[in-house]
Amino acid sequence: MFAIENTPIEKLRSLSTDVKSHTGGVVIFEGLVRDINDGKKVKSLEYQAYNEMALKVGAQIMKEAMGKFDIIDAKCIHRTGHLQIGEMAVYVYSCSVHREQSFLATQYIIDEVKTRVPIWKCEHYVDGEPEWVACHKCGEHTHN
Amino acid sequence: MKIKVKYFAMLRASAGKSEEELETTASTPSELFGELKERYNFKIDHHHLKVAINESYAPFDQSLCESDTVVFIPPVAGG
Repeated sequence: MFAIENTPIEKLRSLSTDVKSHTGGVVIFEGLVRDINDGKKVKSLEYQAYNEMALKVGAQIMKEAMGKFDIIDAKCIHRTGHLQIGEMAVYVYSCSVHREQSFLATQYIIDEVKTRVPIWKCEHYVDGEPEWVACHKCGEHTHN
Repeated sequence: MKIKVKYFAMLRASAGKSEEELETTASTPSELFGELKERYNFKIDHHHLKVAINESYAPFDQSLCESDTVVFIPPVAGG
């Protein structure tokens, strides 16, 4: 499941009824808004998504993760809107019989989401004009 | 030909709008971006963008059709 939400993310792990009895490991990644980036003091972050495509690309990544790793389930939620310091911007959850596959799957999902899903962030600084941030790996991966 | 263009991130900031329908003589996304870059003074070159036509990634030299929805995708930065 991949979702885009413009309200605070609810942590899915608390929904324990969702966890199958043969699940032995759950790995969760929470990406938070931090107050500094590249030496600049950040006040807040504004996320924008091309929702229709983001949902398609996100669903494809989740499908890839389910195929590549021996996991029971995986979920990812990405925020849009204006987020304050400490707020959760992205949440990734995967579970498996043994922990290793969940670690790998969660890492794969967050890495792919950051470089492929059409979501952008604008950093609002304590000092200076807001700036739209470009992906750090942009020069490394091909845009196709 | 009439097409719809949606803008995101720095392109939305420069265009001052999130989308528009426009009449164009451009036959490809490459030509269309050239027109829009001049009109809105986009600072980014098309080599740093991807383009999506009707919600699927497409090459910059694909032929545009009447009523297409075109989105120029700046480098993404989720997470």
